[in-house]
Amino acid sequence: MTTDGADFERRGSAPVIAPVGPRKLAKVPFVELADGRLQGVVSSGSDIERVYVSSITAGDHGLSCNTNNNRPCGGLSGGSWACNHLRALADAAVAQYGLARVARYLKADLADGGDDLWSGLHTTTAPNRAAEVFASFLRHLSYLEVAPATDPLPELQWFPAAGAVR
Amino acid sequence: MLADALNSTPDGFAEALTLVDGLDDALVQGLARIDEDRATVLESFAAAFGGSPLADRIADTIGKIIAGTVTDEHLVVLAGARAALLGAAHDALRVSLDAALGRSRAAWSDSPVVSDNGHLLAGGRSWLRELAIAGWRGVDHELAGGAAQAVQSLLAAPGTRRLAVLLDGFAAELKATAPVATLPRIPVRRWADLWTRALLLSQDGYPHFEATPIDGRLVLLGVDLHEHPTVFQAQAHGLLETPDGTVRLVRTSVAAAKVDTISGPSAWRMLSAFPIFRGVVAEHRTVEVSGMGLTPAGDLIWDESRAAAGEPADPFAAARVRLGSATALPAAPLDRHPGALAEPVLLEGYGHAENAFDLGGGVSVALDLDRLPAAGPLTPALVGSSTACLGLLRWDGRWLLQPLAVQAVVRKKPVAAHTGDWALGPTEAKAAKAEAAAGTAVDVLRERAGRLLRK
Repeated sequence: MTTDGADFERRGSAPVIAPVGPRKLAKVPFVELADGRLQGVVSSGSDIERVYVSSITAGDHGLSCNTNNNRPCGGLSGGSWACNHLRALADAAVAQYGLARVARYLKADLADGGDDLWSGLHTTTAPNRAAEVFASFLRHLSYLEVAPATDPLPELQWFPAAGAVR
Repeated sequence: MLADALNSTPDGFAEALTLVDGLDDALVQGLARIDEDRATVLESFAAAFGGSPLADRIADTIGKIIAGTVTDEHLVVLAGARAALLGAAHDALRVSLDAALGRSRAAWSDSPVVSDNGHLLAGGRSWLRELAIAGWRGVDHELAGGAAQAVQSLLAAPGTRRLAVLLDGFAAELKATAPVATLPRIPVRRWADLWTRALLLSQDGYPHFEATPIDGRLVLLGVDLHEHPTVFQAQAHGLLETPDGTVRLVRTSVAAAKVDTISGPSAWRMLSAFPIFRGVVAEHRTVEVSGMGLTPAGDLIWDESRAAAGEPADPFAAARVRLGSATALPAAPLDRHPGALAEPVLLEGYGHAENAFDLGGGVSVALDLDRLPAAGPLTPALVGSSTACLGLLRWDGRWLLQPLAVQAVVRKKPVAAHTGDWALGPTEAKAAKAEAAAGTAVDVLRERAGRLLRK
């Protein structure tokens, strides 16, 4: 991970998180790899007030999809065959984080050079996590309401702005 | 000369960093599992402090940790000792660099005001203790996410923003890499740096230094951009000329919270509360400053109501005339760390080597091309064809030059590019188009927030 100079292990500015890829947010406003799940929020195609809260657990590949009012998604309906919301969620995650990082996080069993995340998932059903995931989305949105700051933040020397993918 | 400073290592420097590495390695497996080899390394760490004011406390702490007791008191001693070693390493590097640049630096003389955020700090401290006990290899999804609540309350209070921003950036890395046990390579120094700084900032009574109101004219040299998933900061380095004729090298910063999907040029949109800052940066204008606070560490606390845009001023011309004789300010005592060095310099008349500038006489300085942000127009190709470069000298295992602006010749025409040129939006057609598309992310999320947050 380094060329000349200090080893990755001994560098204060060793890069840990790859820059996220740009993607459109209208359909899937929120994706994260957190709490052992790929989870996020998918806008409803028909109702602007409604969103679907979808998740896939790492390891077990348990699927869950519900509305923000906690109604089960008709497309998934408790099964283990992914609905369109889960597919949109996974596509957004791959666009944002890259396939390798998503596959590693979910412990997906991808063949070398395989480019279909779903082919590496052995999906099962998982308990409803809508409340937690939705709370996480609201926390995410709340960053946009945090007041700007002008006091010194000396630790940001450790966090250079993301470089371009050139 | 600069070349001498870049080529030499201060006395005792390598030994100090070896001690730091020993402590850092113990944090990989965690303080709950100190095997015999690590115990020996930690004992030599303690021995190195023999004769210092910290000697007894460190010897006692290391003994207790090896015996299996890890308390908050022990951790703050470890963090303090590590910070002391790196502070000394910082001083040695800085002295040799200042001498090489002929840069005069004011001495530190201020005494601190003690901050009082006690009730907010316990949550962060307990997470940091769990991390130290488990070690990086023991970080699973649950532990990685364990700071969320502490960050929320720290972010909401004005006095603890600094700790909140640090903990959030650190936690994001642990969350992205959990379970860390399966990670092929661990950023050992980096995570120990972040852990140490966070632990010190989580102590009651962390020293704080008051800013003094000052009038003058600020001439910008360049802008450095910082980012992690939930923050974006633009930090300008500049020369502050005060009515008494003094010219000081200062920094001034504006930062905003954001989310990870807002990155690249559109991150500037998050700084919409600072139109004057963005304007002077994009247009290379001076700033008339009236009554803005300046800290003893050289941070001018930006305040839009105390700033007015002045005349256009070329940063290269300003650096050629004034940078050499400007007075630099010292780092605050607990901020001293080699990673905090970011010394503005102007280089000209160099040759080009691979990812380096050849300064002549067999000396070259490596380029920190990882610090060319997507939010600005500088590219490795521009730097590679440059004839003059304004940049920051940094140290990360070796000296590195981070370009902030270059003058170059492209297709036989002179061009200049500065990191902050896109502060009001990209000035290049292709980048502007991409920014317009990506920039809607901010609008989409604001719409979602408006609809869902207040229900």
